[in-house]
Amino acid sequence: MKRDYLPLLLIPVLAAASFPLVGSWSSWVTLSVAGLAMGLMIFIMASGLTLTFGLMDVLNFGHGAFIAVGAFVAASVMLALGAWMGADSLWLNLAAIGLAVLAAMAVSGALGLAFERVIVRPVYGQHLKQILVTTGGLIVAEQLLKVVWGPDQITLTRPAALRGAILLGDVAIEKYRLLAMAIGLAVFAALALTLARTRIGLLIRAGVENGEMVESLGYRIRRLFVGVFVVGSALAGLGGAMWGLYQETVTAAIGAQVIVLVFIVIIIGGLGSVGGCFVGALLVGLTANYIGFLAPKVALGSNILLMALILLWRPQGLYPVAKR
Amino acid sequence: MAEPLLSLRGVKTNIGRYHILHGVAFDVAEGGLTMLLGRNGAGKTTTLRTIMGLWRAAEGEIRFAGRDIAKMDTPDIARLGIAYVPESMAIFADLTVQENLILAARSGPIDQKRLDWIFSRFEALKRFWNLPAGHLSGGQKQMLAVARAIIEPRRLLLIDEPTKGLAPAIIAHMIAAFRELKDGEATLLVVEQNFAFARQLGDAVAVMDDGRVAHTGGMAAFAADAGLQQHLLGMGMDTHQ
Repeated sequence: MKRDYLPLLLIPVLAAASFPLVGSWSSWVTLSVAGLAMGLMIFIMASGLTLTFGLMDVLNFGHGAFIAVGAFVAASVMLALGAWMGADSLWLNLAAIGLAVLAAMAVSGALGLAFERVIVRPVYGQHLKQILVTTGGLIVAEQLLKVVWGPDQITLTRPAALRGAILLGDVAIEKYRLLAMAIGLAVFAALALTLARTRIGLLIRAGVENGEMVESLGYRIRRLFVGVFVVGSALAGLGGAMWGLYQETVTAAIGAQVIVLVFIVIIIGGLGSVGGCFVGALLVGLTANYIGFLAPKVALGSNILLMALILLWRPQGLYPVAKR
Repeated sequence: MAEPLLSLRGVKTNIGRYHILHGVAFDVAEGGLTMLLGRNGAGKTTTLRTIMGLWRAAEGEIRFAGRDIAKMDTPDIARLGIAYVPESMAIFADLTVQENLILAARSGPIDQKRLDWIFSRFEALKRFWNLPAGHLSGGQKQMLAVARAIIEPRRLLLIDEPTKGLAPAIIAHMIAAFRELKDGEATLLVVEQNFAFARQLGDAVAVMDDGRVAHTGGMAAFAADAGLQQHLLGMGMDTHQ
């Protein structure tokens, strides 16, 4: 079977090309791990969005609301479980984070269900209205977050077991980034397996290509879409929780800040493609970290430049989805 | 006289502000193959899509096996036992041949006997079983599109231009397969521009013109009436392949 490995090669090529520029082996490894961890967190947030766009052509600019809500809910749970977070036991620390993440996913998923019903459903097939209405939804959600949690930022402290770094010779790797990578890879593996090995996965892939034909085969694509929307929102909540802990602060604007990177990732990857989203997220994470180290003044625009270069090479993204 | 399996009465379909069907009326008898013929733009594809619920009829009645399906959603129509093969084939290019057929077999695992029969007609599908369908040739994609419609028994097959762009050898396989289907359990309504194909297979014919059905009857009588063909199609069935 012919597979397109070229976009995948961009990751080692980017890493290898940055090595002589960074100069130091230990700095390069630290930056690479930081980039992969950041990329995987963005992937978690972006994967649901790319599928909802692919399935129903829905441009959901309100996706940032699920990220923000996830971050706030997780912060509340972690603050409430302060004793577990502050304990010296890794298991208690992980249990607190696990509960926080589960709560974040549950609330973001439920919010996603309501958001789809109230905001997205009336504007199916109308891109301009989708952009306006979902952006409005994001703004309203941000204000509601301030109403519920107050206008001040919440400061989070990582649990003792996830603070600091592991030293491998000269190389320092932050423990939290390793956890972020592990969770990101687990989410990617679960999504990849679901899409490749299950009937639901086949239906989602087929629906991304041609929803009308899936309906003609007797399947209700609307229900499928609602399911994907809820799962995507829950994943955004998971990503938001992890991003909040990564930054160690949570503000109402967290979703709006990250959503730009999320959109860059799904455009680079090819709208509707989970594999493309994964590769795009890693490229964005690595680029942000290498450029942030080498030329901090241009770091802000580096991902836009990356997107422009990739779209010049592949205008439909790295792994374009065959659309009818 | 037996009730037709499919019956359309006064069906009007609009696409945006364009009125495409202006009161389509015809019957499809159970167990045969009805050809839907007509010039380009006559409304044949719109008729199939309206039956399938992909475009909603603004007016009129569509009855299938005694039930009015005009207001039903596409998945519900499909679940009544109607399969649709669009002109674009609409195979899932990123899915393998196998995965395309797994999805089409909605009620459970693929029946091996039926699959073997499909392989006997469309051998390429067996050869490229694990290949993404997007890598198939045009003819192979058409085979897959038809196979997807017949992987499970269906009561009615709606097929839009199955021979378009196909090599004669593949058309011969298609004819054989359709013949076996209509001799078996299925009823077929086929839109076709290949008149030789239409004449070989059709039991009945409905000819469309400008969003209406202008003629219905037996295929044999229509094929014998050069004047009527000239009047309705703008050419004789002998002059066009």
